[in-house]
This record gives sequence, C-alpha cells and structure tokens, in this order.
Amino acid sequence: MIEFRHVSKRYPDGTSAVEDFSVVIPSRETTVLVGSSGCGKTTLLRMINRMVDPSSGSVAIDGEDVAHVDPVRLRRRIGYVMQNSGLLPHRKVIDNIATVPMLNGVPRAQARARALELMDTVGLDRSLADRYPAQLSGGQQQRVGVARGLAVDPNILLMDEPFGAVDPIVRADLQRELLRLQRDLGKTVVFVTHDIDEAFLLGHQVVILQKGGVVAQRGTPREILARPANEFVASFIGADRGKRALRVARADGVDVVVDGDGRPAGVLVGTEEDAAAGGPGS
Amino acid sequence: MNYFVGAIRWVLDPAHYPGPNGIPVRMAEQLWYTALTLVIACAIAIPIGYAIGHTGRGRAVAVSVTGGVRALPTLGVLTLVALWTGIGLQAPIVSFVVLAIPSILAGAYAGFEAVDRNVVDAARAVGMTGWQVLARVEVPLGLPLLIGGIRAAALQVVATATLAAYVGSGGLGGYLFAGLQTRDYEQMLAGALLVVVLALVLEGLFALVQRLVVPRGVVAQRGNVRTRPSRSRPVMGDPIEEGK
Repeated sequence: MIEFRHVSKRYPDGTSAVEDFSVVIPSRETTVLVGSSGCGKTTLLRMINRMVDPSSGSVAIDGEDVAHVDPVRLRRRIGYVMQNSGLLPHRKVIDNIATVPMLNGVPRAQARARALELMDTVGLDRSLADRYPAQLSGGQQQRVGVARGLAVDPNILLMDEPFGAVDPIVRADLQRELLRLQRDLGKTVVFVTHDIDEAFLLGHQVVILQKGGVVAQRGTPREILARPANEFVASFIGADRGKRALRVARADGVDVVVDGDGRPAGVLVGTEEDAAAGGPGS
Repeated sequence: MNYFVGAIRWVLDPAHYPGPNGIPVRMAEQLWYTALTLVIACAIAIPIGYAIGHTGRGRAVAVSVTGGVRALPTLGVLTLVALWTGIGLQAPIVSFVVLAIPSILAGAYAGFEAVDRNVVDAARAVGMTGWQVLARVEVPLGLPLLIGGIRAAALQVVATATLAAYVGSGGLGGYLFAGLQTRDYEQMLAGALLVVVLALVLEGLFALVQRLVVPRGVVAQRGNVRTRPSRSRPVMGDPIEEGK
C-alpha cells in the first residue's frame, strides 16, 4: 500500500506542482493517475521513489515514510518504466535488463539468465538479447523497459506514460500485454497517463487530476462513468458525447447500441446479472 | 619552390640523422613534450570538466576562464614562466599545458552535456548512485567528444612545441631557430615540414581512436532520429574543430 499524506510540492520560483494531495494506492492493483499535462501526475509518481521529494506532507510505502529510506536503496526495489524507455544506448538489451540486479550484487551469469526469462515474460524474442536499444522498434524498446522494471521482482512498478510514444496498434498490444502481466504477477502498479481510455482500460482505481494535483475524482472506472463528480470529470471522460454516450436502439427486434452520433457500437445481449447467472436470456 | 625542394633534400640527407641534433632525436623530443603536456593537461582538465558536466555547476566560470586563457599568447606565457623558472623544461611544459587545457576541458563537459537527459534520469531512477551514473553512463557516452577535445589539444601542442627550443629545450623548433639565425631557410622549412608530418600522424591516430571509443550501441543509433533533445543548455562550440 502506498499512501500520500497531504503532499505538496512547491518550487523555489514560487510555482506549485501539487497542493495537499492525499490518496491511498492499494497493493497488488493498478492505480492510474490521469490528467492533462501540468496536473502534477508525473511529479506525484516520482515522489514514490524519491526522484522528487515533497515540500510538505509524506509518502509512505506499507506504513514506512520513504523520506527515511536511502533513495538509491529505495529505487532499487521499485520498478520504473518511462516514456522513450530510457535504456542505456551503449549496453545490449540483455545487459540493460540485468542492470539493477547487478547493481544489487547478483552475479553476472545469474542476472543474464534471469534477464532472458524476463524477455519471455514480456513477449520479446530471445534472439534480440544481443541487440542494442537503437536497433529495436519503439514497441520493443518499451518491452525491454518493462522487463528492466521487473528485473528485481519489485512489489511496486511505476510507469510514467510508458506507451505514450508508440503508435496506436503497438500501444493496444502493449496494453493487453500489461493486463496479462498484471493478472499473472499481481504487482502494485502506479501508472501515469493523459489518455482516459488507457486509464479506464488498465486501472482498477483511477484518479483524475486537475491542475495542481487536485483530485477531481477517484474510483473504479465504472464508478466514475456512472457518476462523474463534476463537470470537469464529465467533460474529461467524455461522458456527455461521442462514444461514451451510448443509447439503445431497436432494430429488427434486436437491441443495438449506438453512440452519440447514431453509429452502431454493438449489440445489447443482456445485462451483467444475466451473464453471471449463466448466459444471455436465461 | 626551390626552397621546398631544398627542404625535402635537407630532410632526406643522411647527415641530418645521427647525433643529438639528428632528426630522430628531435622528433622524439617533440613527441615527448606533446605526450607529457597532454598527460598533465588531461589530469587537470578531465576531473574539472567531469565535475562541471556531472553537476551542471560552474559552467559559466569555466567558459569565461578558458576563453580568457585561450587568448593568452603561448610565447608570452613561455617567456614569463621562463623568467621565473629559468632555462629548462618547466617553462615550455607549463605554457603548453595552459594551451591544451581549454580544449580538453570543453571536450570533457560537452561530452557529458551531450548525453541524453532521459538516459541519465532513467539511470538514477533505477537506482544508480551519482558515481555509478558518472562511471557507467556519462563517461562512456561522453568519450567521443572528450577524445575530440584531446585531439584538438594534441594538434595545437605538437605544432606549438617548437617553442621549446626558444628556451633551449630542443625539439623540432631547434631547426627553426637555428635556420632563422643562420638564414638557412631550407633548414627552417624542413623543420616545419617535419612538424606537419608529426601533426598528420597524430591526427590519423586520434581519428582512429575516436572511432574506436564510440560505444557500439551509439554507432547503431546514428541516423536514427533522437527521440528527445539533449540537455537544453547549448553545447559550446565543437571541440573537434578547434585549433584547426
């Protein structure tokens, strides 16, 4: 469990990135911080591994204030995945993945063997192990980034817009892969994005941020969609328009779901209660 | 043109090879001064340059001080130091070191500044200490620019080291000063040609080294579009081009 307690971040020039932010991030679930640029989401993420120290308030992991933990030791037990991968360009893929275990003193051969296993885990062909990052596609680089983040088998994985710079098809692929990984591994994932669709897809809990780290709404995607807390949230998630404002239309005796523009989005086969009871119509 | 032919004839004359004033000994002296100067200048400039590049502090001071130092005429420095230390090797070496430091210093910190900010940030975020970021990320990735700085310094020094003869310390400058005094312009030109040969050989060697030290993954990266710019501060000059 990660706890933000009344966290603020002000810079010497007087600007304030975050004001009095308090949120509890439950263990073994994905929490997505989502908001437009300048809402302080990356600042908040980087407070967890002390890349940024709060001006006031505290961040605690399982009750332990991170301010009392040596930043280097803290970072080595937290996975970190960033946009543009941040891989070391002069090291091979396998050595990039093995970096942190080797910093922790794991013997080279052992760290490399583990790195190869991790390549399987994130869906990378082992033949890429001896390539350099620049020889990989953007999507492959991000997979290497995820493998590096998982290399020390951390409880916590921080992801800072990891899929922001890849094309939509690869992004969808990586998102599916992350969902699968999360089902298998059950890490505490804190994910930052500006894409509300991504947030709803990946998050057990979604925290929608306004400027200055103000929490506009926090809840499951379903709760947020059902009851947007205010107009900002409603407009941010697009609840009032387009593909999220769906209507049921009757066509040839079947319920067809159409979006705000009247385009068909799917067919209504029943309610979730029906599905739980054993299929539609029963 | 006659001088030129004469100078080549002078260089090829076997009588100019044996003895302490022979071409091999003078060339060896010239190289020795250059090497000694570079070692001392590197020992001073690289730690300072790395400190500036790693911390991002003191850059403005370094730029203005090295800019000022660059404007110093080496002959003036040499004379000044020689008045103090007397005839010998100290005065020329000191003045050559002063000449070499700015290029090497610029190469050292520009090399660090050219490292993608994103990479340094990621290295810290996965738990590298400051020293590990320096040794495992900034030094290898900054090496090509540093070698470029040393290369520029080496060229300047190998040519300027002729001034050692001004205070009686030998080197190829001996031919220049002797030729000037006796109006033996063929000897002067021969000395100059030998300096050019040394400079070209050094240039070739450093070009080779510079290619070898570029990390392999970075070679692969060439031609790819950088996803993010380097540190926002502009990299001052291109140390490879200096002194040419």
